[in-house]
Amino acid sequence: MTDATHGMSEPRQKTSLTAADARTAARNRAEKRFQYYGIAAIIAGGVFLVLLLTAILSNGIPAFQRATVNIEFTLTQEQFDEAEGTMLKTKVYTGFFIDALTAQLTESGIETEFDNKRIERLLGKVGGTIRAHYRENPQDIGQPTRFELPASSRVDRYFKGTFDRSGIGDGNRFIMPGDLDFADDLRAAGILTQSFDWNFITGVDTGVDNAGQAGIGASVLGSFMMMIVVLVLSLPIGVAASIYLEEFAPKNRFTDLIEVNISNLAAVPSIVFGILGLAVFIQFMGLSQSAPLVGGLVLTLMTLPTIIISTRASLKAVPPSIREAALGIGASKMQAVFHHVLPLAMPGILTGTIIGLAQALGETAPLLLIGMVGFVARYPETFLQGFEGPNSAMPAQIYNWASRSDAVFTEKAWGGIIILLIFLLSMNILAIILRRRFERRW
Amino acid sequence: MLNAKLTASALAIIAVSATAAAARDQVQVAGSSTVLPYASIVAELFGENFDFPTPVVESGGSSAGLKRFCEGVGENTIDIANASRAIREKEIKACADAGVTDIIEVQIGYDGIVFASQIDGPAFTAFEPADIFNALSDQVLVDGQIVDNPYTQWADFNADLPAVDIIAFPPGTKHGTREVFEEKVILAGCEATGAMQAMIDGGMSEDDAEDACMNLRADGRSVDIDGDYTETLARIDANPDGVGIFGLAFYENNQDKLKVGTMSGIAPSTATIASGEYPVSRPLFFYIKGAHIGVIPGLKEFASFFVADEIAGPDGPLAQYGLVADPELVKTQMAVENEETMGSGS
Repeated sequence: MTDATHGMSEPRQKTSLTAADARTAARNRAEKRFQYYGIAAIIAGGVFLVLLLTAILSNGIPAFQRATVNIEFTLTQEQFDEAEGTMLKTKVYTGFFIDALTAQLTESGIETEFDNKRIERLLGKVGGTIRAHYRENPQDIGQPTRFELPASSRVDRYFKGTFDRSGIGDGNRFIMPGDLDFADDLRAAGILTQSFDWNFITGVDTGVDNAGQAGIGASVLGSFMMMIVVLVLSLPIGVAASIYLEEFAPKNRFTDLIEVNISNLAAVPSIVFGILGLAVFIQFMGLSQSAPLVGGLVLTLMTLPTIIISTRASLKAVPPSIREAALGIGASKMQAVFHHVLPLAMPGILTGTIIGLAQALGETAPLLLIGMVGFVARYPETFLQGFEGPNSAMPAQIYNWASRSDAVFTEKAWGGIIILLIFLLSMNILAIILRRRFERRW
Repeated sequence: MLNAKLTASALAIIAVSATAAAARDQVQVAGSSTVLPYASIVAELFGENFDFPTPVVESGGSSAGLKRFCEGVGENTIDIANASRAIREKEIKACADAGVTDIIEVQIGYDGIVFASQIDGPAFTAFEPADIFNALSDQVLVDGQIVDNPYTQWADFNADLPAVDIIAFPPGTKHGTREVFEEKVILAGCEATGAMQAMIDGGMSEDDAEDACMNLRADGRSVDIDGDYTETLARIDANPDGVGIFGLAFYENNQDKLKVGTMSGIAPSTATIASGEYPVSRPLFFYIKGAHIGVIPGLKEFASFFVADEIAGPDGPLAQYGLVADPELVKTQMAVENEETMGSGS
């Protein structure tokens, strides 16, 4: 009312196309502000990502290097027989190796004083590798053979610069300050070297006193075997369930109930699936403990809801006109689904599956209960044993290493994270490639 | 596409049924996280020196391990349970109810518990149980009165300790270490300060007084650590004034980061623990399922190997890592050799 009476007396404000009025300017400012918020959010995310990656890389990259002792060593037939006749054979082999090293060092005229004890403190656990080599290659007995064996974890850390020598005294059981001077001499003489640690990628877990030889290889295989089980079981089951629910099932209370349950299952904490797996697969069905097969079955249960939900979403996204056209020219419902709808939904299904698999790959909690988190130090001997024999998984191995007292294991845990990320990255790349190949536009 | 899927599903079903028939060829161990490092050393050496496959060792805690041990007899149950305490009556009964009767108890040695702080931090080098009690207990004795713990600095009750804020990281209640810590340090300190006597004089029964002694303060100066020692180490790293509680082996492996305190004037070492001078230590055990000997290949060989002089003796790799060798190891070796089960004499 006031506007009506006053409005007539005052001249109407002029607007111009070139100068924005106050309200437009405010709206423009709000839009600009919102854009800045968005950019700030992206920058914050980027900073966190950079921090995370820097932490992982700076801590993890040293794990790919290790200090090794390189010498030529000859084992005689008598020594071999003597060692094989004892109970703790690896210790006898270590003794032979140390004797040989001492002889070589005395000859080469190293100035720093040393004795067998000092060499023992510099060496990692070498007996197992030496015994395994001669058992597999008996023709090498009596021949000079070049060995590259791990140095002790203290020396390894000293060379990497992560070991503080001021904290140790002469009474230390593991390393003394004089040992490190000696290690410097050996390094100058080319006997102690630092090299790329292939064993970290291909090896198996080791005891807590043998950090130099621990590798993540076996658990990568364990994770891979589990992923095969998950893929082979959850993809067909998940896709079949979603096709039925989406295309064939009548819409009634019962299917609604199933739908609600599937959504709920996707949100159930993974440890619950572990308890279920222990009770059903191990205690009731009698499958073996610590087996990737059981791990795979448990993770399948965990992944199914994710796959079903994403498959249904991508089936829904296929335009109804395609179904109707197929039905219209006389295709049966099944033909319409399998020949026309499913191929179009394939990219979405694959993406969902790979996301589900990636989630399963990083899962540790359910594995805890079925015995896959622990010390498992062997490769399966046959393909079938890869499923049913004991093995660990990458996240379990990382968790395991992170809790060990030797700092070299902590470093290996970070290195393991890098390998896990590479595994995940290659799975995601595969997903993108597959999606590109199947993608069709309409 | 459909055919490929059918084949894949069929393969999976075959794999499942094949597994159920396959026999287990490796020894399966679970239990205490304190024993785990030692067990993993022995398992690796066992795999390297024998033609049996390397045993699988899981952790999870003494109680969890014994619970799984007592689930029954058969290939899908574990063969050996590691424990950082002796098996309880209740657990033996649970075992018997599930048909696990022939249990062989094996004591592998001792583990010491040490108090350590950051190497660059203030000098916590001499503790008495009374100091720890005064620092961490909920209620302490001041001028003859039981009061809520008023102390904020170590120097408040012992002028020899540094004048810094009290902050300590004892192991959480799910750890076997906690039990030893309570019994040998907190209770001893409670008695030494006279707080226990004052509580009993105040009308408490002895059991109630003990329980009251073991209540730790909840004002943030005592922080229970439920994770591993690595978590305690991380807390100490971040907190120069913090005092942490570690196993001897863990401390010895991290001597470049930690400084240890003496207890009642004795420095912890394998020698002082073996002689019993250092007061805070406990025996470590594993339990073998007698019914699995002869069924699971390598089980008895593994147990004998574990307690052999070359392994668990004073010069073996376990002692090298930080286990305190049992002076009566010979007796243990005989018990394993003769498969002496619990309650069958000796």
